[in-house]
Amino acid sequence: MTEILWHGRGGQGAFTAAKLLGAAYSLGGEEKYALAFPSFGPERRGAPIRAFTKLDTKPIGDRSEIEKADKCIYLDDTLFTEKAFSELKEDGVIIINSRREYSDKRVIAIDADGIAKETLGRPITNTVMLGLLGGLGDTVSVDEVVKAIEEQMPQKLHSKNIEAVKKAAEKIKALKEGAE
Amino acid sequence: MAKKFLSGNEAFAEGIRLARPQVISAYPITPQTIVVERLSEMVEDKSLESEFIHVESEHSALSCAMGASAVGARAFTATSSQGLLYMAEGLYYASGGRFPIVMMNANRSTALPWNIYGDQRDSLSQLDSGWIQSYAENAQEALDMALMSYYIAEHKDVSTPYMANLDGFVLTHTYEVVDVPEREQADRFLPKFTTDNKLDLENPRNLAFSAGPDHNYIFKYKEHEGLLNAAKVIDEAEEKFADIFGRRYTGLIETYKTEDAERIIITLGSISGLVKETVNKLREKDEKVGVVRIRYMRPFPGKEIAEAVKNASHIAVLEKDISFGNEGTVYTNVNSALHRFGADVRSSDYIGGLGGKNISSADIEDIFERIKNDDTEVRFLGIGGEEN
Repeated sequence: MTEILWHGRGGQGAFTAAKLLGAAYSLGGEEKYALAFPSFGPERRGAPIRAFTKLDTKPIGDRSEIEKADKCIYLDDTLFTEKAFSELKEDGVIIINSRREYSDKRVIAIDADGIAKETLGRPITNTVMLGLLGGLGDTVSVDEVVKAIEEQMPQKLHSKNIEAVKKAAEKIKALKEGAE
Repeated sequence: MAKKFLSGNEAFAEGIRLARPQVISAYPITPQTIVVERLSEMVEDKSLESEFIHVESEHSALSCAMGASAVGARAFTATSSQGLLYMAEGLYYASGGRFPIVMMNANRSTALPWNIYGDQRDSLSQLDSGWIQSYAENAQEALDMALMSYYIAEHKDVSTPYMANLDGFVLTHTYEVVDVPEREQADRFLPKFTTDNKLDLENPRNLAFSAGPDHNYIFKYKEHEGLLNAAKVIDEAEEKFADIFGRRYTGLIETYKTEDAERIIITLGSISGLVKETVNKLREKDEKVGVVRIRYMRPFPGKEIAEAVKNASHIAVLEKDISFGNEGTVYTNVNSALHRFGADVRSSDYIGGLGGKNISSADIEDIFERIKNDDTEVRFLGIGGEEN
């Protein structure tokens, strides 16, 4: 099972991203299953929230929150602390929306705000972060993310968000090639 | 059929849209709200032709549904927790009047302390109200139960209201892949609602009347009979459902790897998925364990449970409920069935998930481990056994 843990603040769209990822994976073929849910409870704009996506090739019975993730994604770098590594599986990766530099090799930092402002005109980074995941390619493909946006989001949001996804995917591919 | 990525609430709403209720009366309460919101949107965009009545309380929601049913309309309402308790008076009116209303209940803890999270104390406190009670494991089953609920409730041998329970948040707010049937298939499955139990100018009759000691007990017996009849109608509905939609359900209970099991957990609702996964894990270590999932608490599958567990040495009931001063209510029901139907099996009760507390796979493994030796105990996950 692949487990993705999303960190964001109320209003940043972390749960929408968790849901889009689940849809992108599970609607992309037969025998693909996903669960997506937020940390349950009252929601407040600006308060830290977590969201969860579980992906597997068989039905998923465990509906509890993810304790150790394959990928932890931070929509907001002020939520990131050293504690983040305790939520990570052995080969896990952390992706942070940030302009800072992080020394730990497990962390990929990308200025998602920049991509979002450029494509969407405002710093809402949830689809950008999905584009980064698509660009890494080991969870879902860019095409699957695009399809999920087309199926799940209101039509007026399609073109800009798809552009954001594609830009983000290119950016992370370039970054990876640079590192190699 | 169309594959969609939906929450439990949304999946249930899709099932209700396909069942075409003519009247929907509801009052919102977390975590039920979304099912009512989605239905109101469907009425607004005309994909569901229904009279949507936003009433001022749960008591009115059910009273309104009853009024609709009493003129022969298919009626739907939904609630949760305190809302269910507030409509408790109406529950008995609806069942005693034999009005086949369908209600979704999002299982949630009851106050005090105030808590919006899931446990099953709300619906299990109403087992005696004369309603059919189902418990879904996942969003697909929730949708399918929504569609089947009217078939069962409205059947002339049953004519009894139906409460479909979905675990709050864990099921109502979790998104998963769901097959949504086509309208044409749904129409082939579910006949139009017809009943003689209605107010009709052409054929005047008295409904919702008084009955004194000379007759009252006969009505109560008939009510009991209607609920017992539901068992065979559930089988009939699932048979027809499988023919049309290709998904097969297993009646009042589902058994999982129980055939040669020495130890069995009996449970209900969305936690069943994790219990099955834990069974798979233990089976790899050659532990003979299994699961009985109760799909219907009323009519109660006493005979089926006794049959499924009779060769086991020990069973544990895992439930999100406590009848204070006694034990979990599911446990009481199960033990009575074991005794009545002659299954000589030791049993224990494990109470967990109260107020939304997570039940982990480790908790479930621990239960299987304990009942290797444990005698008949009532234990609270995370606390331990009773002091007295």
